[in-house]
Amino acid sequence: MKTIDAESLLTNAASTVPDSSGPAPLPSYGPDARKMPSQSVAIEIRGLSLTFQTADAPVVALSDIDLTVRQGEFVSFIGPSGCGKTTLMRAIADLAAPTAGHIAVNGMSPREARLKRAYGYVFQAPALYAWRNVIRNVMLPLEIMGFTSTERKARAAKYLAMVGLNGFERKFPWQLSGGMQQRVSIARALAFEPDLLLMDEPFGALDEITRDHLNEQLLKLWLPTQKTVIFVTHSISEAVFLSTRIVVMSPRPGRILEIIDSSLPRERALAVRETPQFLEVAQRVRRALHAGHSYDE
Amino acid sequence: MTSDTAALPAPLRVSSIDAFVASVAPVVTIVVAIFVLWYGAAVWLNAPQVIDRLGGHDAAWTARDLVAGTWSMDRPVLPAPHQIARDFYESVFATRIDSKRSLVYHAGVTISATVLGFLLGTVLGIVLAVGIVHLRVLDRSLLPWVIASQTVPILAIAPMVVVVLGNLGLEGLLPKAIISMYLCFFPVAIGMVKGLRSPDPLQLDLMRTYNASPAQVFWKLRWPAATRFLFASLKVAIAVSLVGAIVGELPTGAQAGLGARLLSGSYYGQTIQIWSALIMASLVGVVLVFIVGLAERVVAKAQGAPA
Repeated sequence: MKTIDAESLLTNAASTVPDSSGPAPLPSYGPDARKMPSQSVAIEIRGLSLTFQTADAPVVALSDIDLTVRQGEFVSFIGPSGCGKTTLMRAIADLAAPTAGHIAVNGMSPREARLKRAYGYVFQAPALYAWRNVIRNVMLPLEIMGFTSTERKARAAKYLAMVGLNGFERKFPWQLSGGMQQRVSIARALAFEPDLLLMDEPFGALDEITRDHLNEQLLKLWLPTQKTVIFVTHSISEAVFLSTRIVVMSPRPGRILEIIDSSLPRERALAVRETPQFLEVAQRVRRALHAGHSYDE
Repeated sequence: MTSDTAALPAPLRVSSIDAFVASVAPVVTIVVAIFVLWYGAAVWLNAPQVIDRLGGHDAAWTARDLVAGTWSMDRPVLPAPHQIARDFYESVFATRIDSKRSLVYHAGVTISATVLGFLLGTVLGIVLAVGIVHLRVLDRSLLPWVIASQTVPILAIAPMVVVVLGNLGLEGLLPKAIISMYLCFFPVAIGMVKGLRSPDPLQLDLMRTYNASPAQVFWKLRWPAATRFLFASLKVAIAVSLVGAIVGELPTGAQAGLGARLLSGSYYGQTIQIWSALIMASLVGVVLVFIVGLAERVVAKAQGAPA
């Protein structure tokens, strides 16, 4: 260990830090924590409850939710219809007002985060504007947020290419299939590069083949950008395939049953679904869903 | 990559002559039927007068005399189509446009009131709709009045509008335009309320997540979503605007316009003149609605609507 050249010192820096050199700064608590995507907190939810006032009786949509989502995570909310997963996501995005509890998004209230345009929301339906062609649909948020014309065009072209829709810029929504429309809406959500991507059963209305294809594409989009994604679904295999963590919810009142960390690697192909590891995670999700369910009521 | 653009159906391969016959035959049939009925009705309705003139039931006249008589009276109860056509031709093509006998001149007077009233009514209707959609107070307070306004017969209101505005020194075009406006703001307001409320909740939520200003929500979502409702309303509005202008001309002393022409025709028993004014009014109506339809198609094309 006498002649160590600078290059090898650099490349081996991590492994050659001697134990005796004092406490190395821990990335998670240091001042640079924000730059560490896997460590800093994106969403913090404490004691959240939400009750809808209906004509006959109040409906408890969410009850005492606690959840922390770190930056760069892909978190799925899964549960049967009426378990409040969409409502929880809407509360995060300031589209629904909680009755009690606290939400922080990047240290801000959901409202402040919304005013800062932190949310890229993909709905169950594409919600494209029928009078705008594909590229102008993608440019819609950019127009609203005051991007320059050249920037708008560049970004729309970039994100349309990313979802595999180059060549379709001048088509109108009615000329596209459901899967293509949903991809336009994903490009639209990505175009203004929001901190958070919120996806509410975006592929729920599509056939399974298209859904598989789009799931794979979504992972390919997510891997390099490492955006924080919240994904609502009621498909176990979709949740397990996509997520780094799966939040299992149950209805009446909507609450979190279990939060399952996925042991699967971040980079995955569709074939991962046949591995024992995948099946094991899927089974844990299924058991958790089953535990929270008694259909006898 | 799924390359699944919606496939358009291949054009039906029918020979062009067949297609022409298929599209024209029903129209021709109806037109012929109308003419047959009309000539028949002219004989039936004018016969009593003609028989009187021929010397009564006992005098010697043939069926041919009767038919010829009923189709060529000066002031028939129901003029025959060719009489109306001749009068129409003479008063449109064979008369100087600046003459008081020219139907083009009278139509022009009515059209200017119609178009002005239509523009005023459209603006009023849109302004009301925007208010009703955006302010809950107006939704509750204004809409019942808008609906109530249309239950009052226009014939009752028209003379009052003319008298009141005449008192203020306003005569000619404006009182008629205001009567037109009174009729045509209604379909525009109702259609636009529906149109401005037509965006679905998701499209509105999307705007909320973008933190869009109310003006942006209006111009980028509500307004474009409402245009197809607007044009449906405008077609109704331009037609009732024409009715309003003609009705507005009745109490103005019958100076000029198709309404005046109808009124003077009925004063002097000039039934042929009434009918050619009616034909002119319906032609004007068809052309105006057609122009609105043309504008609709241009806008729909710009909005990428399926052809």
